[in-house]
Amino acid sequence: MSLDPATIRRVARLARIRLDEAEIPRMQADLNGILAWIEMLNEVDVEGVTPLAGGTEIALRLRADAVTDGGMAEAVLANAPDRAGEFFAVPKVVE
Amino acid sequence: MFSFTLAEARAALRARKISAVDLTDAYLGAIEALNPQLNAYVLVTPEAARAQAAAADAALARGEAGPLTGIPLAIKDLFCTKGVRTTSGSRILEPFIPPYESTVTANLLRDGAVFLGKANMDEFAMGSSNMTSAFGPVTNPWTRRGDNRPLVPGGSSGGSAASVAARLALGATATDTGGSIRQPASFCGIVGIKPTYGRCSRWGVVAFASSLDQAGPIARTVEDAAILLGSMAGYDPKDATSAELPVPDFAAACKRGVKGLRIGIPREYFSEDMPQEIFALWQQGRAWLQDAGATIVDVSLPHTKYALATYYIVAPAEASSNLARYDGVRFGLRRDGEDLGVLYENTRAEGFGAEVKRRVLIGTYVLSAGYYDAYYLKAQKVRALILKDFTDAFRTVDALLTPTAPSAAFGQGEKMDDPVTMYLNDVFTVPANMAGTPGISVPAGLDAQGLPLGLQVLGKPFDEETVFAVAAALESAAGFSALPTLRAGG
Repeated sequence: MSLDPATIRRVARLARIRLDEAEIPRMQADLNGILAWIEMLNEVDVEGVTPLAGGTEIALRLRADAVTDGGMAEAVLANAPDRAGEFFAVPKVVE
Repeated sequence: MFSFTLAEARAALRARKISAVDLTDAYLGAIEALNPQLNAYVLVTPEAARAQAAAADAALARGEAGPLTGIPLAIKDLFCTKGVRTTSGSRILEPFIPPYESTVTANLLRDGAVFLGKANMDEFAMGSSNMTSAFGPVTNPWTRRGDNRPLVPGGSSGGSAASVAARLALGATATDTGGSIRQPASFCGIVGIKPTYGRCSRWGVVAFASSLDQAGPIARTVEDAAILLGSMAGYDPKDATSAELPVPDFAAACKRGVKGLRIGIPREYFSEDMPQEIFALWQQGRAWLQDAGATIVDVSLPHTKYALATYYIVAPAEASSNLARYDGVRFGLRRDGEDLGVLYENTRAEGFGAEVKRRVLIGTYVLSAGYYDAYYLKAQKVRALILKDFTDAFRTVDALLTPTAPSAAFGQGEKMDDPVTMYLNDVFTVPANMAGTPGISVPAGLDAQGLPLGLQVLGKPFDEETVFAVAAALESAAGFSALPTLRAGG
């Protein structure tokens, strides 16, 4: 499968990364090179195989549904590029 | 001062033959002298280091030495360090100062370690050469015989590996998602272990691919790596995938020997284009272990050749999700736009480098509607087959022996023309990440140009002790004593 420039633009939009028109041919060539190489997986018979999602075979734990942390607004906001009181600030979203 | 291994420095500190302040000052001086050439550190923290060293001397005077009291370390810039800038090698985190300490670094501080600074790395740990760092490449302290052109230290933990090899730290933290501890250890002639997935907490470690990421140490000797891993590892309720298992005495395991062990040689790691000297070193490793009393068994891991392609679906998919948090709103770089959507797009376009963008786009594509089953689900099924290969092999053998990397260190700027050529560096290391098994790289010889080559030992999940035992036997047989061109202490 080969990605065309329109697909590259659509994927970049989904990923929220601005791509200038001049960057598209190189990105298209790189991604198509990687996808062509990945095609080798088509040789593998995976009929009836249960997918493996995680890196560990140990079952994940549950923890008590309890508040164990919090009340540190200043620490949370310390790295904010912009803030208004105890809130993160962003450009106006609705008129 | 610089010829001490970590274990030797620890003994000298405890015997009060040297002071922690003198040791730290010596390393800080070495960094000042050599880091301009190597670029192994992106941030040096001399004042904090001297304060930690003074506290270490006070503890030693009271007879209260911990496992690492007074030992100066480099910390990969992927580990969040409270109040100390943590960039992950990316512009997008250039202004980020964590308000918390990662569990792994907190464990090291608990045990008395001194942090010299933050080590350079490929951006978000995506790379095999340290060329993708927003803070510039790291230079390998080794050079080819009669050729001073700069070589890469490997990646992504290139700064960690270069700092340990050049003696700008007694050890370093690192992380390994597809080979990022073992490949740079091999390129720099030192030891690096990726423990079993779940052995070290991922809490406070900047996430790349969460089902693959695992922290581990880089050190000069197998015993040093064992001492460091003993401090870094341990159960952490803050990481849901952290293993609730006791931490064994890894350093003691280094002395076990290999008598009676069965060591597998996976035939699929051989290919016709393997350089002759790497094949010869692998054969030599096999002979060394046999001479030390191990039984060598040929084994098959039939899905080996598919591991890297599987990785380049799974890792970018997880990365595209993990890196969604860098949006210019809560922390890190912001580039304004006329609305919130443009702010996101501008921030991420300026904040991420080319390799990170490629991987986020690949990950976004393989997870997008209509392609999920063909790529991501398929990759998860192949991953299950890769794990089954290891499970089957470990029914008949205790550990596996392979080369660590398909080449020695290469020149800065080489292998940059197309991404797949760079990815192939990790062909021998990626399978262990897919299966979650532990793996170590041990320096075992030099190539014809005088560059170090590593051998890799892979073990059963949560059996790092056998991995250390085999690695120590290889280290002892190899007697690797060559030193890099650039190093502190002459």
